[in-house]
Amino acid sequence: MLTYFRNIGQGILTIVNSMAVASRHLFKPSVTLQYPKEKWAMPERSRMRLHNKVEDCIGCGQCARTCPTDCILVKTEKRGKEEPPVFAADGTAKKLRTYVFDIDMALCCYCGLCTFACPTQCLVMTGDYEYSVYSIDEHIYHFAKEKPLIPAGSKEQSPSKG
Amino acid sequence: MESIAQLLQKIPKYDGLPEMLQALIPIIVSSIVIFALLALAVLFMVWLERKVSAHIQDRLGPMVVGGWHGWAQTIADALKLLLKEDIVPESVDRVLFKMAPFIVFLGAFAAFVVLPFGASSFVTDLNIGILYIVAVSSLSVIGIIMAGWASNNKYSLYGSMRAAAQVISYEIPAAVAIMTVVIYVGSLSMVEIVRAQEGGFLNWFLFRNPFLFLAFIVYFIASLAEVNRTPFDLPEAESELVAGYHTEYSGMRFAFFFLAEYANMFLVSSVAATLFLGGWTAPFSILQFIPGPVVFFVKALVLIFIQMWMRWSLPRLRVDQLMYINWKVLLPISFALILGAGWMAIL
Repeated sequence: MLTYFRNIGQGILTIVNSMAVASRHLFKPSVTLQYPKEKWAMPERSRMRLHNKVEDCIGCGQCARTCPTDCILVKTEKRGKEEPPVFAADGTAKKLRTYVFDIDMALCCYCGLCTFACPTQCLVMTGDYEYSVYSIDEHIYHFAKEKPLIPAGSKEQSPSKG
Repeated sequence: MESIAQLLQKIPKYDGLPEMLQALIPIIVSSIVIFALLALAVLFMVWLERKVSAHIQDRLGPMVVGGWHGWAQTIADALKLLLKEDIVPESVDRVLFKMAPFIVFLGAFAAFVVLPFGASSFVTDLNIGILYIVAVSSLSVIGIIMAGWASNNKYSLYGSMRAAAQVISYEIPAAVAIMTVVIYVGSLSMVEIVRAQEGGFLNWFLFRNPFLFLAFIVYFIASLAEVNRTPFDLPEAESELVAGYHTEYSGMRFAFFFLAEYANMFLVSSVAATLFLGGWTAPFSILQFIPGPVVFFVKALVLIFIQMWMRWSLPRLRVDQLMYINWKVLLPISFALILGAGWMAIL
């Protein structure tokens, strides 16, 4: 008989306890982040989407050579002697005209080796991580702005992309 | 219904209609009004449940649909359910399968006829009001058993068997707890019960004497089991029975089960508010300017909130524990309470 009443008392106590715990959590600020509206600040030097500031690119192709997944394709040609000299921001002469600079972000493994290889530091990894697209072809970014003088296919500095 | 009938009298040429129509139209109008009210209340309660559960778990719940805190989420969900295909599995008992959700809902809906929302806003004041509620609300068990049997699914059948065992056993302590109030009022009419509690919260049966306070708690626990709420949600225990008796249902028929579940929640909360918390009467005399239905809904909502709060803090019982609590704890306590309350009433 005594255990019967003790059990009832214990049951009531545990109910009160658990409801107290629940009510404490009811007024706690939520841990949810309203994602598209609010975002976490990404840490500095996060390795995400690649960006090439093509005005500073000298077309050396070291990034393409160092890439472990062969996701960078660089095609260049020599500038003519009579053309006015062009310089990158750090003063390096741009002797080559980069007419193709494609990065396939679907292949990129985000190792960041290309950015270490880049002599003019024009190829960087940005903190942008929202670039999903409907077609995988849209993940190939075309950075080159200049057009080749000689028709394409006759000269290639960098080997074919992966 | 009297007030609705009076309103209808003002329509020109209403007296010219045949007598049968004159008797029928107020019934139809009042049932439409109650159904609309009920649907609105259920939409709000589902939203509230999701919000309360989310915040207890340190989440936010629906936040997008409708703008402010996802207020339109349940409207969108209800529309989705109504537009879905009505799937009837091949080997079910078609007639029973199609009828069951409506019978379950009918049990909840019919009880609203005698609920007094305000001093003059009720459909009808039966002199056996509370008895009628106890009788009619157990109708939904038949619907649940029909659903479980007709589904031809072992989980559905398990769920409905559990529901029958649970609802029928917990009706006894609930009814005995209701009896303690009836001793004091001397009437089964819901309006009379509220009138006996007029004049501030100290006149509510909840605070009259300790026996009635315990009777309220017994009724609250038993009513949780009657409407299959956690910790007594064995009939639809997700982790054991898929979804219980409505495993095979989808679309609009599932929506009716859902509606009936929340309507039942609202019903038992309103009955508890009427019997123990003074129904439409204001707790303080200063607050008497607030219309009765508003006070009534606030009281019912507070009880519903406590139901949700319990749901998200307690785990589900085992079947033997369920029966232990009913037959060995609640029933003896409720009999002791009815003796104590009777003794206090004689004094």
